[in-house]
Amino acid sequence: MFILIVGCGRVGSSVARAMLSQGHEVSCLDEDPESHARLEVGLDRGWEDLGGQFTVGAGLETDALVAAGIEKADAFIASTDGDNTNIVIAQIAQRRYEVPNVIARILDPLRAEWYERQGMHTICPTRVAIDMLEAAVLEGPSRNGGSAGGPAETGQGG
Amino acid sequence: MYIIVVGAGKVGWNLARELLEKNHEVTLIESDRRRYLTVEQELEHNVSYGDASELWVLERAGIQRADMVIAVTGDDEDNMLICQVAREKYEVERIIARVNNPRNKPHFDLLGIKPSVSATDLILRLLEHEVPEYGLVHLLDLQEEQLEIIEMLLGKDSGVTGRRVGDLEMPEGSLLISVLRSGKGFVPVADTVLEAGDEVLAVLDPGHEEQLKELFGPGGNGTGDDG
Repeated sequence: MFILIVGCGRVGSSVARAMLSQGHEVSCLDEDPESHARLEVGLDRGWEDLGGQFTVGAGLETDALVAAGIEKADAFIASTDGDNTNIVIAQIAQRRYEVPNVIARILDPLRAEWYERQGMHTICPTRVAIDMLEAAVLEGPSRNGGSAGGPAETGQGG
Repeated sequence: MYIIVVGAGKVGWNLARELLEKNHEVTLIESDRRRYLTVEQELEHNVSYGDASELWVLERAGIQRADMVIAVTGDDEDNMLICQVAREKYEVERIIARVNNPRNKPHFDLLGIKPSVSATDLILRLLEHEVPEYGLVHLLDLQEEQLEIIEMLLGKDSGVTGRRVGDLEMPEGSLLISVLRSGKGFVPVADTVLEAGDEVLAVLDPGHEEQLKELFGPGGNGTGDDG
């Protein structure tokens, strides 16, 4: 599989390394040339030596997307630090380049939900954090022993 | 009309002011706190603080009942998406988006954001109109109809001055529709003889601009042979 990742931050670079180690072709695009270093964290050889590809450019630049291989991509991951950028480039990948699997990281839960309903595959880390925090609170210990459990009333009924 | 303007930069602020003067109901949304406080001194309750990329900010501004949303921030992605959710989620009838970088224009089109307005484009068009060296001015794109209308100013050295319109070898898919001479316009016929200083309008299928430029430009070969 050929995977194009736009936005080579902590998330993008980690996914890139994992996909490469599983034998996929991986290409990363990022505005910041320095982000290349993040790809090589924990690797004993260079990113390119291992078969990875890295292109400097913005996700909105058509030339950069093409140079990074969007035309042959099977999967496209939009993981820049901007929600708006991710939503726009995911739609470009979907509509203009017809990439079969397009995934956008969207931090804003409300918009992630709406775009998901419009048919975009979205990942919302904020939503995940909210759910985990809620679960952690409810499942954790409380003063009157046992877990806080369900709704607040039941804890106080005593 | 109730109009939401996003982005209180020079464009947004002045736009909001003009719309208010025309008795429209306006909410101007600005995400920079300092800018908001500056603008608020003049526009008071007509300006609202927040990031209009966020749906709840748009909802607080009453987007459900807005007749028009105009996104004029300095960020093209913001403008695109604000207009996209305005139209597709909140079913706002009319939207206008500002294009900051003309290279992003195709992305606006791809997302169906119309109309989108680019200051660079407007100035370029003015420039083309004001500076005759450009030769050929785009007046109108009839995108749906696949036609363009252009204007050309004939210089003294134009290859077609002194020639009958009927003798010109116009590229297929193009037609001269009017001639402006000494402030008056008329529809040319085969016997019309073109003069230096004429402004001619032509309608054409897109893609024929270069051929027309060659024909009507300096030393152009109006008859199509080596005469």
